[in-house]
Amino acid sequence: MRLELEKRAEHSTAMALLSPVIALALTLVSGAILFAALGENPAEALYVFFIEPLTASWSLQELVVKATPLILIGVGLAVCYLSNTWNIGGEGQFTAGALAGSVLPILFPDFQTPFTLPLMLLMGIAGGMAWAAIPAFLKVRFGTNEILTSLMLVYIALLLLDWLVRGPWRDPDGYNFPESRIFSDAASLPALADGRMHVGAIFALIAVAALAVVLMKSLKGFEIRVLGQAPRAGRFAGFSQNKMVWFAFLLSGGLAGLAGISEVSGSINQLTPVISPGYGFTAIIVAFLGRLNPIGILFSGLLLALSYLGGEAAQVALGISDKTTRVFQGMLLFYVLACDTLILYRIRLGGPAATGKGA
Amino acid sequence: MTATTPTDPPATGRERQGEILLEARGISKRFGEVLANDTVSLTLRAGEIHALLGENGAGKSTLVKILYGALEPNGGTLHWQGREVTIASPAEARQLGIGMVFQHFSLFEALTVAENIALALPKGTGMRELSARIREVSRDYGLTLDPEAIVADLPVGIRQRIEIVRCLLQEPRLIIMDEPTSVLTPQEADQLFLTLERLTSEGCAILYISHRLEEVKRICHHATVMRHGKVIAECDPAQETAASLARMMVGSAVHDLDRGPRPEAGAVRLELRGLSAPADGPFSVAIDNVDLKVRGGEIVAIAGIAGNGQGELFNLLSGERLSAPDAVQIDGQSAGRSSITARRRAGAAFVPEERLGHGAVPGLRLSENIVLTRHSTGDGLVRGGFVDRDRAGQLEQRLKNNFDVRMSHDDAEARALSGGNLQKFVIGRELDRRPGVLVVNQPTWGVDAGAAALIRQELIDLSRQGSAVLVISQDLDEIFEIADRIAVISRGRMSDAEPAEAMTRERIGLLMGGMDEGQGGATHAA
Ligand SMILES: Nc1ncnc2c1ncn2[C@@H]1O[C@H](COP(=O)(O)OP(=O)(O)OP(=O)(O)O)[C@@H](O)[C@H]1O
Ligand SMILES: [Mg+2]
Repeated sequence: MRLELEKRAEHSTAMALLSPVIALALTLVSGAILFAALGENPAEALYVFFIEPLTASWSLQELVVKATPLILIGVGLAVCYLSNTWNIGGEGQFTAGALAGSVLPILFPDFQTPFTLPLMLLMGIAGGMAWAAIPAFLKVRFGTNEILTSLMLVYIALLLLDWLVRGPWRDPDGYNFPESRIFSDAASLPALADGRMHVGAIFALIAVAALAVVLMKSLKGFEIRVLGQAPRAGRFAGFSQNKMVWFAFLLSGGLAGLAGISEVSGSINQLTPVISPGYGFTAIIVAFLGRLNPIGILFSGLLLALSYLGGEAAQVALGISDKTTRVFQGMLLFYVLACDTLILYRIRLGGPAATGKGA
Repeated sequence: MTATTPTDPPATGRERQGEILLEARGISKRFGEVLANDTVSLTLRAGEIHALLGENGAGKSTLVKILYGALEPNGGTLHWQGREVTIASPAEARQLGIGMVFQHFSLFEALTVAENIALALPKGTGMRELSARIREVSRDYGLTLDPEAIVADLPVGIRQRIEIVRCLLQEPRLIIMDEPTSVLTPQEADQLFLTLERLTSEGCAILYISHRLEEVKRICHHATVMRHGKVIAECDPAQETAASLARMMVGSAVHDLDRGPRPEAGAVRLELRGLSAPADGPFSVAIDNVDLKVRGGEIVAIAGIAGNGQGELFNLLSGERLSAPDAVQIDGQSAGRSSITARRRAGAAFVPEERLGHGAVPGLRLSENIVLTRHSTGDGLVRGGFVDRDRAGQLEQRLKNNFDVRMSHDDAEARALSGGNLQKFVIGRELDRRPGVLVVNQPTWGVDAGAAALIRQELIDLSRQGSAVLVISQDLDEIFEIADRIAVISRGRMSDAEPAEAMTRERIGLLMGGMDEGQGGATHAA
């Protein structure tokens, strides 16, 4: 007997929904094996990693704080991937947005008006868009591979941030620490409830709702899917591939930029050399795990936020490196992509018996 | 004609000799609610060209995919040279000596001809050696091919050659061909028949699916006819007429076309003025100074051998490629720089040659595929930027009924339709708009006799209502059946369109070969 893949006639909707669930289950099983190999009790370790963070109010708030940028970036990336545009540089656009939005509170700390915050947000969005415009331009104009250009721009943005907070933007009263000055209240996103949760979460919800409607109901959403699945048919429909590249990059860049400035002004309140634990990259997993569907991304964003919290908890409680977070995220992406094969193919047990059945 | 039960031996016609190569007994295959094959039995003998006939959706492709291991049957057995076998994959079929040329090609567009062929062969063949063998086989069988060419740049006719050569390279005992000639020119088809004759004389068996009954009569030794998934008759096609074969397939007589009286010449609705465009790829053809007027009320056909600029001309007409502003005129308005959407709004409609991936998105439902070309043409499919799904569903139902598009369940994805049914859909989608100008490339590729008559009649009716219809086709029978005037395209240049009555096959043949060029514009004299 052997396993074989047989192409399905149509794609399976059930499998499209089941695939992330199967992937999650496989990740948990692999995780349990991993913990066991590390000499931990697997059940306890998984509890610490995935359940405990959900038991306290502060950690639930923390979950939302971490899910916010993942979701904002993830829904933008979903539009890219659906339209067959491969923006891998969410992290760079996130950083560029944070930098652009921080110009006001850092260089003009005395500009404290009701307009400060909206202006900052707009500048953040513009920063992310500008950063994303570079690979879009290179692709449309010269046919450059956007995977490479958008990825390389991540490192440029990260180094730019590093240089700024160590150099020109360092807090003059900061005892030479590589940090910018702390944002004034007028430049800080208001908190929700009384904890760390901030208004950025609402932006994420709005983005999810808006994109869900656009993708499922609008002609634009149709255009995105057609160009992604069959570029030639897209051209026949009168849709422009180049315009779509611009649209996808600017939209995802803008959302990543919004995530960047929201994180900085809502959660960190200053610029530091590291402002993200890799949200822009994790958002790629979020997008795929969420079926490139905004509603799905809402859930997968929360799940991957949980993996960050779980990693921290495991480090504290079990003394395991918080790199386990990355391992879990990696396994999850790996399994989702593998399980996605089942959407278009079914597994068949091949063997002599297969056609031997009577007529 | 003799109706048989699956176990009966064929009763009429020539004595069938030759060793039995492959026997299928009681094969069944179900797709959802549709029984695509219902206890089908079939015997294929060495040295025999065996025709498999049936209307669109009868289950022919399904059956041969099962024989080739590409689909698993729900029941029944296969016997290869008397031994029961399981053919679980195409690789296993190839090992037994079964080769196949698919209806929808399975080629990787970004790869070269040689690379595509290498993928189907056992590993370890050197590319240089392979290229040499491709050249040799393609020369031997008269199927010229450049192993270095990139598939994306090649027209459909040549792509099919690749599939045939790929198949021949494996020296198969049985070759299955799913509608091989539907995209070939008469000359190419004749060449293929020589190849087939040679193969059968070498003891090869051939299973041949075609909707062209004349050619079936001419070359096939035996025929099995399917309807609604069942074998309903076997016969010797040489003893039948095309009409009697068609009747067997459809179950009723196929109507002759009604061309009606030729209307008075209307206004020019589509005009090309010195349309030129450079080749846009290493294997594409430059369009050179094409002039053409199509008037309301008439059908003009462009004949030509595949790869002489038909695809390029189509793209320039549709607006997928732009040209000089005045070079394309729709109802007297310059449209050369208008987008395809603007041209559609101006009343034009287009049907490309390649239905999957160009005319339709394989993974989208039919209702969504209607939105593909009609989102901006005032059909109420899009309101305020939002797609009206109910309206799309209504249109889908209407098309399904008016054009007899059959599928296994409602509003299926385009890729699940049989070839002919999808063709009916992509044509119906445009005809349903009653466009003022219709440009269609290969209107009846892979469509059964009944449906082809339906489509041709619709084209005629559309023109008689005052629309200008331009048909690009390689099927001369079709052209003579429907065209009022005929032009011939050869290497990107087009002859003047002349009245169909004044055209003969010989003359078209000469023009196809570009023979007029030496005569100092003698074609313009007609
Ligand atoms: N993969 C599939 N999934 C679901 N239904 C299918 C699939 N393939 C074929 N069918 C259905 O099975 C029936 C037979 O299709 P098939 O492709 O075998 O027809 P065919 O005889 O080759 O027709 P054509 O002449 O149009 O190519 C049709 O009703 C078709 O819609
Ligand atoms: Mg078929």
